[in-house]
Amino acid sequence: MKRLYLLAAAAAATAFAATSALAEDTITVGFTASLTGPLNVDSAGQQRGYEFWRDEVNAAGGIKVGGKSYKVKFVTYDDQSVGGRVQQLYTRLINQDKANFLFSPYSSGLTAPATVITEQYGKIMIDSGGAEEKPFETGNKYLFMVITSASHYLSGAIDALKKYDPHAKLALVYSDDPFSKAVLAAAAQQAKAAGLEVVMDESYSPSTTDFGPIVNKIVSSNADAFLGGGHYSDGATLARQMHDQKANMKWISILVAPADDKFAELGPAALGVTVPSQWELQVNFKPQFGPTTAQFAKAFMDKMHAKADYHAASGYTVGVVLQHAIEQAGSIETDKVAAALNATDITTFFGRVKFATDPGHHGLQAAHQMVLAQWQMVNGKLGRQVVWPEEAKSAPIMFPIKQQ
Amino acid sequence: MLGVLASIIDGVLVGLVYGLAAMGLTLIWGVMDVINLTHGTMIVAGMFGLYGLASAVGAPPYLALPPVLIGGFLAGVLLYWVAVHRMVGRPPLMSLLSTFSINLMLIGLGTSIWGTALFNVEVALPGFSLGRYTFPGAHILAAVLAALIAASLYLFLQRSRLGKAVRAVANNREAAELVGIPTTRVLAITVGCGVAIAGVAGMLIGTLFPFTILSGDSYQLKSFVVTALGGFGNPVGALFAGIALGVLEGAVTPFVPVSWTLVIEFALFVLVLVVFPGGIFAARRGAL
Repeated sequence: MKRLYLLAAAAAATAFAATSALAEDTITVGFTASLTGPLNVDSAGQQRGYEFWRDEVNAAGGIKVGGKSYKVKFVTYDDQSVGGRVQQLYTRLINQDKANFLFSPYSSGLTAPATVITEQYGKIMIDSGGAEEKPFETGNKYLFMVITSASHYLSGAIDALKKYDPHAKLALVYSDDPFSKAVLAAAAQQAKAAGLEVVMDESYSPSTTDFGPIVNKIVSSNADAFLGGGHYSDGATLARQMHDQKANMKWISILVAPADDKFAELGPAALGVTVPSQWELQVNFKPQFGPTTAQFAKAFMDKMHAKADYHAASGYTVGVVLQHAIEQAGSIETDKVAAALNATDITTFFGRVKFATDPGHHGLQAAHQMVLAQWQMVNGKLGRQVVWPEEAKSAPIMFPIKQQ
Repeated sequence: MLGVLASIIDGVLVGLVYGLAAMGLTLIWGVMDVINLTHGTMIVAGMFGLYGLASAVGAPPYLALPPVLIGGFLAGVLLYWVAVHRMVGRPPLMSLLSTFSINLMLIGLGTSIWGTALFNVEVALPGFSLGRYTFPGAHILAAVLAALIAASLYLFLQRSRLGKAVRAVANNREAAELVGIPTTRVLAITVGCGVAIAGVAGMLIGTLFPFTILSGDSYQLKSFVVTALGGFGNPVGALFAGIALGVLEGAVTPFVPVSWTLVIEFALFVLVLVVFPGGIFAARRGAL
């Protein structure tokens, strides 16, 4: 009997040793994804980016810290696209799942509540899905954003318009959510600075189903350039109804929705629509760290069986940036890694990444630049082409939009 | 001024479709006091039926109408046996919960199959222009079809033997049973009709706007508003309330910031409920 006890104790001790050895050699990264609910499409892209990074890192032997290699382990939950769930789940990720680092959920609306939790527990969260600036203006210390923030989303569109049509009359019509409002508020100021006339500036409820009267109002305002939209079906519906009701816009920039390949479903209504994009397949930066765009796109396609979009690219970049910072810090301690993130200034295939360090904007992206992509006909098929800035373009801009 | 007129006409066109969608909800409510919370999802099912037939098979979009109607009817009868049959005559909360849970299952299933990606059905029909304002052909045809289907439902309820049986059951189920009406079968047929109408309304909406698996929620909310305005259980009232809602959206938008449209819409809704608690076209019990 005694022997049996001894055996059990030995087994328990071995098991304990095994788990503690395992715990030593893995880094746990936690995040929530919107597997269900309205943010599902974009969130799924981001999650594929995260997972692709994890698989690549682990295949290459893990993250190297001072002669030791750490494998990356993910813990994730479905946040159902609901802000309230995010706070419960990030608390759980930190307390129960003992996540060392956190990635953001998708969208500004979910990232802001998650931030409250991660800061409270002093955990690093790297953000690739929430572009709103507000969480970065409240003195957070462990929050970092790899993507260009909301107020620069439409700068490219305004610059292009200023060049191609300095007398453009702008209609700004956007969803009544924090992200879209932040983007368009900045765009209105930039338009004013560029000398463009804004003839309509209104937000609509995200639950709007029929944009018919709104499109009529745009026509009544004599606008010939449209900037706006919001997240997904609203942007697509606006594009379709402007086309169906022959609003005859010379220029259309819509947020988020046209960055998804499914936007091609709209057929002729998609033609000429531009979308500010964090990254496109045609973008060609020389990476100091990680793969080139071509390598990334190909490997992503082979492994994930999906075309890489900007959500996937920014998700992957979050991983690359964390890995770089951990290796630079030579430690997985939060404060050392945060210091390394503060000092980060690298160029990956996604572009340059550097974080603002002044207390008023700490963690905000300070170097990455967006491009403007336009839906154009290529060999009889609709596809996105980079049209702005000039030095990055992959096709000439279509201006004005020719309705077919 | 032309812009206002255009928006009002647009409102009538879209309002007819809203009205038709709400008729499906109010019919079931009127006959058996069951609020069908799968309504929005059935609308979306109509949209996906359209998409499957028009985009995948390549059939002209409007040919999807008969299959959606029949498919919707069968789905409704199934829904009756699965979720409604044992709830009829019990507190409304019971049927609310049972249809709610069926709805969650359907949405979950749909999300896992299609994701929440965007779907669109192109309809190229010549429209009609009023100055600079254009009414797309699809909107006009959808409104005409919605009106025709609504009229057929009305005639069915008023003139046909089965329709009379439906009204009899709505009026007094026990009495209907006593005179030999197979009430259970009539109830199943009613849910079938209600769901079929929701599906067809969804199919028509699918010819107007792009949609996702989650689009049903906003149309279901609209249907509730329309149902309440039109008088619970009054299909004809629902059709007119739908038009009224569409016209209101059209008429308000040109004058106030767009974000106020919903505020005004719901403020009027509350006002109407205060003044006419049974809806503007209040259902006289058994007026079905």
